[in-house]
Amino acid sequence: MCPRNSLAALPWFHEALPRLDSPPTTAYPRPIMYKHRVIDEPGRRLLRMTVNDSAIEIAVRPHKTLLEVLREDLFLTGTKHGCELGECGTCAILVDGEPVLSCLVLAIACEGKEIRTIEGMADGPELHPLQTTFADLGAAQCGYCTPGFLLTAQALLDENPDPTRQEIKNALAGNLCRCTGYLKIYEAVELAAKRMRNGSDSEAKR
Amino acid sequence: MSEYRVIGKPLRKVDATDKVLGKTLFADDLIKPRMLFCKLLRSHIPHGTVGKVDIGPALAMPGVIAGLIGEDLPTTFGILPISQDEHALALDKVRFVGDPIAAIVAEDEETAEAAIHLIQAELEPLDSISSIDQAIRTPEPRIHDYGAYGNIHKLVNLEFGDVEEGFAEADHVREDMVFFEGNTHLPIEQHASLADWSPDGKLTLWSSTQTPHYVHKALARVLGMPAARIRVIACPNGGGFGGKSDPFNHEIVVAELARRTGRPVKITLTREEVFYCHRGRHPILMRVKSGVKKDGSITGMHFQSLLDGGGYGSYGVASTFYSGALQTVTYNIKRYKFDGARMFTNKPPCGPKRGHGTPQPRHALEVHLDKIAEDLHLDPAEMRLNNLVPPDSVTANYLKVGTMGLGKCIEKVIEGSGWKEKHRKMPHGRGIGIACSSYLSGAGLPIYWNSMPHSGVMLKLDRGGGVAVFCGSIDIGQGSDSVLAYVVAEVLGIDPFDIRVVTADTDLTPVDLGSYSSRVTLMSGNAALQAAEKARELLAQAAAEKLEVPSGEIVFADGRVFWASDPEKGMSFAKAVVAAESKFGTIGTVGSYTPPRSPGQYKGAGVGPSPAYSYSAAIAEVDVDPETGIVSARKIWIGHDIGQSINPMLVIGQVEGGVYMGLGEALMEEMAYRDRVNIVHKTPSMLDYKSPTTHEMCEVETYLVEDPDPNGPFGAKEVGQGPLLPTIPAIANAVYDAVGVRIDEVPITPEKVLRAIRAKEKGKDPRIGPTKFPEPEWSEPLVVPPPWEGGDGKPVEKKEVAG
Repeated sequence: MCPRNSLAALPWFHEALPRLDSPPTTAYPRPIMYKHRVIDEPGRRLLRMTVNDSAIEIAVRPHKTLLEVLREDLFLTGTKHGCELGECGTCAILVDGEPVLSCLVLAIACEGKEIRTIEGMADGPELHPLQTTFADLGAAQCGYCTPGFLLTAQALLDENPDPTRQEIKNALAGNLCRCTGYLKIYEAVELAAKRMRNGSDSEAKR
Repeated sequence: MSEYRVIGKPLRKVDATDKVLGKTLFADDLIKPRMLFCKLLRSHIPHGTVGKVDIGPALAMPGVIAGLIGEDLPTTFGILPISQDEHALALDKVRFVGDPIAAIVAEDEETAEAAIHLIQAELEPLDSISSIDQAIRTPEPRIHDYGAYGNIHKLVNLEFGDVEEGFAEADHVREDMVFFEGNTHLPIEQHASLADWSPDGKLTLWSSTQTPHYVHKALARVLGMPAARIRVIACPNGGGFGGKSDPFNHEIVVAELARRTGRPVKITLTREEVFYCHRGRHPILMRVKSGVKKDGSITGMHFQSLLDGGGYGSYGVASTFYSGALQTVTYNIKRYKFDGARMFTNKPPCGPKRGHGTPQPRHALEVHLDKIAEDLHLDPAEMRLNNLVPPDSVTANYLKVGTMGLGKCIEKVIEGSGWKEKHRKMPHGRGIGIACSSYLSGAGLPIYWNSMPHSGVMLKLDRGGGVAVFCGSIDIGQGSDSVLAYVVAEVLGIDPFDIRVVTADTDLTPVDLGSYSSRVTLMSGNAALQAAEKARELLAQAAAEKLEVPSGEIVFADGRVFWASDPEKGMSFAKAVVAAESKFGTIGTVGSYTPPRSPGQYKGAGVGPSPAYSYSAAIAEVDVDPETGIVSARKIWIGHDIGQSINPMLVIGQVEGGVYMGLGEALMEEMAYRDRVNIVHKTPSMLDYKSPTTHEMCEVETYLVEDPDPNGPFGAKEVGQGPLLPTIPAIANAVYDAVGVRIDEVPITPEKVLRAIRAKEKGKDPRIGPTKFPEPEWSEPLVVPPPWEGGDGKPVEKKEVAG
């Protein structure tokens, strides 16, 4: 074992130790003492809507998308984004039960609407059947497109409790997933639909 | 019957519940008090010198806090030690449209975005290069002042046996040329990073990266800070596929801006920026010449690759070697010669995408073999089956093959697809094709030379029975966090969902090199296995003492520790931890993994070796519409030699995902640029860059072949990348079977198919593909005699003159 307390006996103890490698050269810059911001901000508008069953009143900038307001003002970061141009379906949420790309909707256009995001999909501790099957069948790999798929699939099942594989494909054609190749997603939607049709009995069997 | 309680079971992933609840925090989901936002000014010209960059007008804008230009971060970086050729912000030159020039940080994203337009950057355009051919023809101006010569970044010339002798010995010699266009990862999550600086001089970076360890090293280098003061936390990646494996400009920039402002700084790239970050599949022009006997056995093969590397080195040197490395591990090749060259061009840099440098040559090889089988009047599936590399052998280029289940994979897909009734027997417009492949279960050597482990795991056992696994590996969706939990749970006989998994944090977790080269299950799995076995030993000893039975007879299962002969004689896992802690003190164990040494001893032998190779065979059935040229996949059957599934559900998920991505590459995905218009990307959006939707994706039938490999944890091999590889050539071969045209150029778009069909109708050559192969000035090949010619893996001085 290496002796521990013998350093003081060594002749160089009271001098600086030789450096093994060159010291870092960049000195740490002094933190910037910045000026306070004065921004000509376009006037905010008061917006009332229902988000996941809670009535919300919030002042938003009129050019902000619903996606931005959900994520940045309401901190509902469960809604993801992949393009912010309406191309990938990742930011899909439900507005009055209809799947909508939240990156293409201005928040102020949602006055009085009912918004459902992934944070409001489970019923308290009870996962929605789609959430259970997505988790159990490996339909969520990286999980990034998952909220958009789940809500789009929920809208499908709310309207069509017994969709064919083709109907599922049609409903989900606007959502891109790069991990799964969609197959496990179809299986999860089909199993959830079956369980929802059969009521909670088969749910308990798992 | 499985002998395991956890391994081999289709369990939920440990993070799946968070993911379906939207609770998983990706990098852009992180919000810090007083957080600032960063935007980058990127070059709008493909090649030019950078003059004065004046950020003054931007800094004057209200709400702007600070900015950076190239001179603020003059140190170069790059993923490979041999190509440290990037600057965080362009210092002297810009090398592609999208190369970052300056950064602005502001109170909000919109202000930062508005401010970058006020930056005055003087850019002096230089002649640009947009293709392989042009790079070979145009030595000046050089895009970089290093590399082989002119605008050739890297040359590789390797010769394993005399291929000319092989051609002379052959009954038939065939040469083919194939072009594989580049494509990109397109992860749904855009890259994002958040940096924070603490007053005691410590930096933390959260980032969507697959390689936190390499980002850590790059930050220390460029910021000139001790690595010990930098903490890199990789957030769960919203898809990676190789696109988040380099240290990136934006990661370094936000770190420096956090240091300068003392406030948290976040950046999230736009989708267009993600396209320009790229690091995806190299476009490769390939020429392959093989000599074969009548039975299809290969007497010699000469393979040549010309890679379009884009503006920076990235992983390119490794990619160049990889484009010639794995041809040898599937079929016996008696003599093998490889020439590879990577060019610098003024496009976004190419790097590793799923399969890293191997899907392109695999595609060329498998299409080439399909043509050879037809020349020889052999069934292409049978021909492959008859020429397989045997298990436990060494290839011509000194790759050590262990378990080899390709034969079983081929048999499964032949049977499942009804190959024998379909091949060359279906009506015009419908076709079937086969192809095979192999991939690494982790690279045998690290990216920077060192003799430390590739993966480390620490295990902490709490006296309450809690187990925490610490590992540097990062879950990019493949399920690596779950694999750690499953492995430890199996060894300790506990529920994987009771385990706390802490990963990808350079302060808290031992190094794992990262989620690339399909290395994580094998390497971190082995490290976890070792750590868990050490903990098991401690608990077994303590429990045995308490129970007064021999410690060798202690069993761990279902959360209990008990005597094998009498399950009644035992205790709970938590009690066993208490016993062990009482006996030994705090219980923490470590495990580490270093791959075995490879037999190759020549320069370049470091690329290709792996502890284990996975194998895949795919059969694709397609419809080709002769009126429109549209190819639609009907079904793909794929066999994959996984060694042992840690979780078959996740394995099949990777297989299906790989097939999906291969389908996209085969039929539609391409990084296309406007050559004459500034080399801008033609389709930098998710709408215009075509990728398969639910409508294009076909049915997939997966067959897992399980033959545990001694080098894998519980025998497991990789699955993340391998299944992509055979999909692309299987589709190309199926298109030929359907309509009799050869599209030797990926992607196989309707336009190309239609052009070939029309040519065929007019009696012309029904082939679309490259016809010219520009030759760079090759270097003298390194000559290494293969093992069966008495070679020892080392190069010999000079080729001996025959006779």
